[in-house]
Amino acid sequence: MANPILAISDLAKSFGGFIALDGVSLELQEGEVVGLVGPNGSGKTTLINVVSGLYAPSRGTVTLGGRPLHGGPPHRVVRSGMNRTFQVPKSLGTLTVGENLRVASAHGAQRRTLEGDPLELVGLAGLERRFANSLNASQQKRLDLARALVTAPQVLLVDELGAGLSPAELDDAAGVLRKLAAAGIALLVVEHLMGFLAKVTSRVLVLNAGQQIFQGSLEEAVRDPQVVQVFLGG
Amino acid sequence: MPRLARLRRLGGKANGASGPVVGRISKPASVAAIVVPAAGFVVANIFYPNQQELVMMMVYLVMAQGINVIYGFTGYLPFGYAGFFGAGAYGLALSVMYLHVPAELGVVFAIVAAVVVAMLLSPLLRLDGVYFAIASLAATEALYVVISNPSLTAITKGPYGVNLIAVYNSNASFIAAVALVIVAMAVAVYLRSSRFGLALRAIRNDAVSAEYAGLRVVQHRAAAWLISAALAGAAGGIFAWYTSTFYPDAVFDTSISIFAIVFALFGGVGTVWGPALGAVILFGIYNAVGISEPQYFQLIYGVLIVLLVLFLPGGLAGLARHLVAGFNRIRGGAGRSASPLGPRTGDG
Repeated sequence: MANPILAISDLAKSFGGFIALDGVSLELQEGEVVGLVGPNGSGKTTLINVVSGLYAPSRGTVTLGGRPLHGGPPHRVVRSGMNRTFQVPKSLGTLTVGENLRVASAHGAQRRTLEGDPLELVGLAGLERRFANSLNASQQKRLDLARALVTAPQVLLVDELGAGLSPAELDDAAGVLRKLAAAGIALLVVEHLMGFLAKVTSRVLVLNAGQQIFQGSLEEAVRDPQVVQVFLGG
Repeated sequence: MPRLARLRRLGGKANGASGPVVGRISKPASVAAIVVPAAGFVVANIFYPNQQELVMMMVYLVMAQGINVIYGFTGYLPFGYAGFFGAGAYGLALSVMYLHVPAELGVVFAIVAAVVVAMLLSPLLRLDGVYFAIASLAATEALYVVISNPSLTAITKGPYGVNLIAVYNSNASFIAAVALVIVAMAVAVYLRSSRFGLALRAIRNDAVSAEYAGLRVVQHRAAAWLISAALAGAAGGIFAWYTSTFYPDAVFDTSISIFAIVFALFGGVGTVWGPALGAVILFGIYNAVGISEPQYFQLIYGVLIVLLVLFLPGGLAGLARHLVAGFNRIRGGAGRSASPLGPRTGDG
């Protein structure tokens, strides 16, 4: 097997006495999609926050393309080739859609440049001159995604892109993620919606209370007694 | 890289990142913004007998633009902004007194003094909102206490003030003030139209999101802080040069900060012209009413602040945008503001 583009090894994060993440390991190949699932509070967003450099890990390592990231800061992680989206969209509201992308293009994309139109890809074409705070929640999520794409990431961490989207929008979003994977971007996709996840990947990592309880195919996951217990209760 | 080649094929026409940008100001508008205020002061100096009032108006214009840089573009409101003004005044005074430099060079020392103070205070940028405002106010008070300390009379002249009568030159210092107005307006134009200014606006919107756009948030904030301090330091230095005699409580006065903040808010922060118009109009009113009848001015001032906060949070620039947008709507236009003041950039 080729060297992984993203390697997470024994990653842990605690806040005071609370252990939010404990010993998570994962390898992602170029163009591979892995779903990150687990009940609320299981540590999914914390994992994304630590991997993307927002929080320093308490233990463990993250390597991107074979180079250790040493826990941030985020702008350095972005320039190294990894970006993320947010569960609650974080658009640069008083900037226009075009300006949102221009900031990322000017500062986030170092040697690589992206010549395709990310707005067209995410379905926001023609809205360049709209202020970001005039977009609806679904559009703002897509703007987050487009802004991340402008930085030409090799690895993209997608935090609940599907939440709050209509069935038609979910199909579009799944299509976009598949295109990104086909273009070689490795994706770690946090998602509650299993139907949505099944459209983009067959491999999942299941977290519960900060610990990795399963890693393998989605098909096996739904038959795994521990996973079933976590999701459906004893 | 094959991956990127494939990604390129996903997209269509132009890269959205290099598309048209709303909010940039045109070249003629930029030149006008830089030249017109300075020219106005030069002409006013010919016809208006009170040169000191003009110099003070210019000093406040620069201070209001300095507030614009740090508040309008990054969201930090420094109630202790006068600290940089005082540092600048003493930077010029001490360099003239002890290094015997000409006053023109003294202005450079004024800027250096303010920038050094800003660097020392840069950890304050870790604070947010009201905590930052209060901490900056406290830092300025501390600086004032040090400078005005009678134990340091041998160096700073303590509370007894400094006398720079040897370098007094009203015309030269007037010209320096005009030059500084040009610089301050140019800084505002630069921030409205540059990649750096766009980065500051991004950070003001959401610092975490800006980090993930690849921005070095801490360095950008620090740069804005130093630019803002440099403007106030130069203003303080020119004030010291023009008045030639001053006391520490005059240059570290909190009302200097408040004036600069109110002028900037009245005009509209995040814009090029707003703070300049705010300073000219309000300082003009202050001179017409405030000096002879200070109690009425305080009343006007208080009412003005209340009205601003309640009805005009975007200042004059916000009002202009609102009117232009309304006019466009009536005319059946697109409803987009065509105001030369540009679109609203912040929440101030």
